[in-house]
Amino acid sequence: MSTVTDTKKAPAGERVADWADGRLGIYTLAKANMRKIFPDHWSFMLGEICLYSFIIIILTGVYLTMFFHPSMNEVEYAGPYVPLQGQLMSEAFNSTMHISFEVRGGLLIRQIHHWAALIFLAGMFVHMMRVFFTGAFRKPREINWLFGFLLFFLGMFTGFTGYSLPDDLLSGTGVRFMQGAILSVPVIGTYLSMFLFGGEFPGGDFVARFYSAHVLLLPGIMLGLMVAHLILVFVHKHTHFEGPGRTNKNVVGMPLLPVYMAKAGGFFFLVFGVIAVIAAIASINPIWALGPYRPDQVSTGAQPDWYMGFAEGLIRVMPGWEINLWGHTLVLGVFIPLVIFPLVLGAIAVYPFIESWITGDKREHHIAQRPRNAPTRTAFGVAWITAYMIMLVGGGNDLWATHFHLSINSITWFVRIFFFAGPVIAFIITKRICLGLQRRDRDKVLHGRESGIIKRLPHGEFVEVHEPLSQGELYKLTAHEQYQPAELPPAVDENGVERKVGRMEKLRVKLNKGYYGEDNQIAKPTVEEYKEIQSGHGHH
Amino acid sequence: MKKLSARRRHPLAAVVVLLLALAATGGLYAAFAPAGTAKADETAQSLAIEEGKKLYSVGCASCHGTGGQGTTDGPSLVGVGSAAVDFQVGTGRMPAQQPGAQVPRKKVIYTQAEIDQLAAYVASLGAGPITPTEGQYSPDGADIAKGGELFRTNCAQCHNFTGEGGALTHGKYAPSLEGVSPKHLYEAMQTGPQNMPSFPDTTMPEKEKKDIIAYVQAVNSEKADNPGGLKLGGLGPVSEGLFAWIFGLGALIAVAIWVAAHTAKAKKS
Repeated sequence: MSTVTDTKKAPAGERVADWADGRLGIYTLAKANMRKIFPDHWSFMLGEICLYSFIIIILTGVYLTMFFHPSMNEVEYAGPYVPLQGQLMSEAFNSTMHISFEVRGGLLIRQIHHWAALIFLAGMFVHMMRVFFTGAFRKPREINWLFGFLLFFLGMFTGFTGYSLPDDLLSGTGVRFMQGAILSVPVIGTYLSMFLFGGEFPGGDFVARFYSAHVLLLPGIMLGLMVAHLILVFVHKHTHFEGPGRTNKNVVGMPLLPVYMAKAGGFFFLVFGVIAVIAAIASINPIWALGPYRPDQVSTGAQPDWYMGFAEGLIRVMPGWEINLWGHTLVLGVFIPLVIFPLVLGAIAVYPFIESWITGDKREHHIAQRPRNAPTRTAFGVAWITAYMIMLVGGGNDLWATHFHLSINSITWFVRIFFFAGPVIAFIITKRICLGLQRRDRDKVLHGRESGIIKRLPHGEFVEVHEPLSQGELYKLTAHEQYQPAELPPAVDENGVERKVGRMEKLRVKLNKGYYGEDNQIAKPTVEEYKEIQSGHGHH
Repeated sequence: MKKLSARRRHPLAAVVVLLLALAATGGLYAAFAPAGTAKADETAQSLAIEEGKKLYSVGCASCHGTGGQGTTDGPSLVGVGSAAVDFQVGTGRMPAQQPGAQVPRKKVIYTQAEIDQLAAYVASLGAGPITPTEGQYSPDGADIAKGGELFRTNCAQCHNFTGEGGALTHGKYAPSLEGVSPKHLYEAMQTGPQNMPSFPDTTMPEKEKKDIIAYVQAVNSEKADNPGGLKLGGLGPVSEGLFAWIFGLGALIAVAIWVAAHTAKAKKS
């Protein structure tokens, strides 16, 4: 860029930029990325909520590490909180009490950290669902979908290890729960538990071990994944919804600089502000009220943070089956939930690959679909969420019982049945709703928008005046693709030789019909149909 | 001796042994049982019992029987003691509104004087835990921290960390302890109402009960301070999670929609 032959001295800013460019090549980078376009839609900002809350968690977490002692040495509490004075507790609990009551801003920072963690996970859940329902996981974004899923999954465990660090009675019960689940693993369970806790539960090690996992290992991996996730967003470019001028080959929106930099920067502070306000007014994990962990104590209402509530529910509603053989016990009541837990989460993770196998669609997609235009996928997603939410109900069954004056046993039975039946019902209903919405779109295209104006004709008939849609609206409602269902090849080929069709292929074709076959999508209005109706040949 | 052992297989031998055993236990009981009669102010006491009996016939007898012997609708009140009456009637649980999994706390309809009369009558049916005096239950000077430890060991399983209450099986529940007076807390521990186990002085001395009362007062009453802000019911992660979803993520999505709605517009030419 700059040349040595310049005699006139450039402005200071330019000289600094020149200096940096000579060493970092920022001009090329900026040229390529400054005008990067991002489409505008509120749902595309859900990922940003996650990113910013993650940054807030890191910032507040660093502050907390300055005062937290990850040690299980027993000390006597001598701080200002009267109802615990003289109680024996671990140094971890004691230092968390110190942070909460004596460190300047400590309690606020703790609460920001914890609230941000809950919101981070909730944000990831919603972001993931946005990507799922708009089909934004399709080629070329499957890998990035997996990165995102891994972030959610690791986020759960980072959250869990963090929740366990203060060594309070609630989290200690949670750790004991987890240890119980590990113990239920056949053959190696006891070894795993001994290895993790450095001996019998609770031992004197787990806080220090969870601490390094919580502040170093897990967030380190997450940070790496998050960077990779963002790089891939840049490489793939963002999807956008159908609309005039928007195609599979372009991105319509605003440039990164200056518009998105300003928006994203501002949004960061808005997110920080909202979380800080919540942390300032609402208490979270009040460890002083929970007391220090002691294995001989337990409280009712001992639940994990919401993102583990699903696992809690699985264990709570599972019948306490066990098999005793040759002096060994197989605790199915705990082990089956432990197996179902990753299976349910994994189902959503591998969905993109299953869908592309079923549809046989290997093309690139950069248009975000409207959920109604992919009824089977949308129905599957809603079914999955239903199963997840029903298990959350199971995880909080005691609070449902007390707050709605129900019997906890009935709730447990409800969850047992509807964990299986609920998704099926949700699937059917959602699919019907999607098809209904497709019909409505079709109706809108052909007959226009209902104007709400009732007109009385000379002969006495009442009709509602329909307003035709604008060209842009018409495009939006008809731009989606129409897929043809897959067919099995003819049983014999052209030479009369019997064709061999594998079982998997038969299954694929069957499933494909479930996506695109008759009654699984509503035909888009054709140009002829549109013209015929619009030409004024009357109503119907 | 020979005569006796020869008859040990007599058809009536078992009956004789049983009769002898009963006579022995009864005799021993009569000899060692504590004298249950009140000595002080005999006339006032009998007057209270008489008034209590009248109240009892109106408000309690339909379920507990005319003499407190119990019916299919209500348990016997013989031996429950005045403390149980003071708790059940004093917290409005009795008289019960309707049968169900558990009788809830509700508006108290008797005056304290009437409750005392009822208690005196029921206590006269058989000895049981006696209504505590203020010196017994007053939490003044008790060890709050010790009370907390005892609470987490003995009470939190059902009543939650700070006594917010919790669910039991088949629609039963451990009620919230918020706003329960020290006297009623003490009586509940003493008598074990409804599904609660009782903690008599032999298993939990009076001083420990006081410590627990002091703790409950310190963490779950109007006096209790919540350094973290709104306590969201004190129910832990479930209410926190709901709050994070509805007010946390809800607010952030509202903000996102607002930001997206205020986009830079291309100039119209």
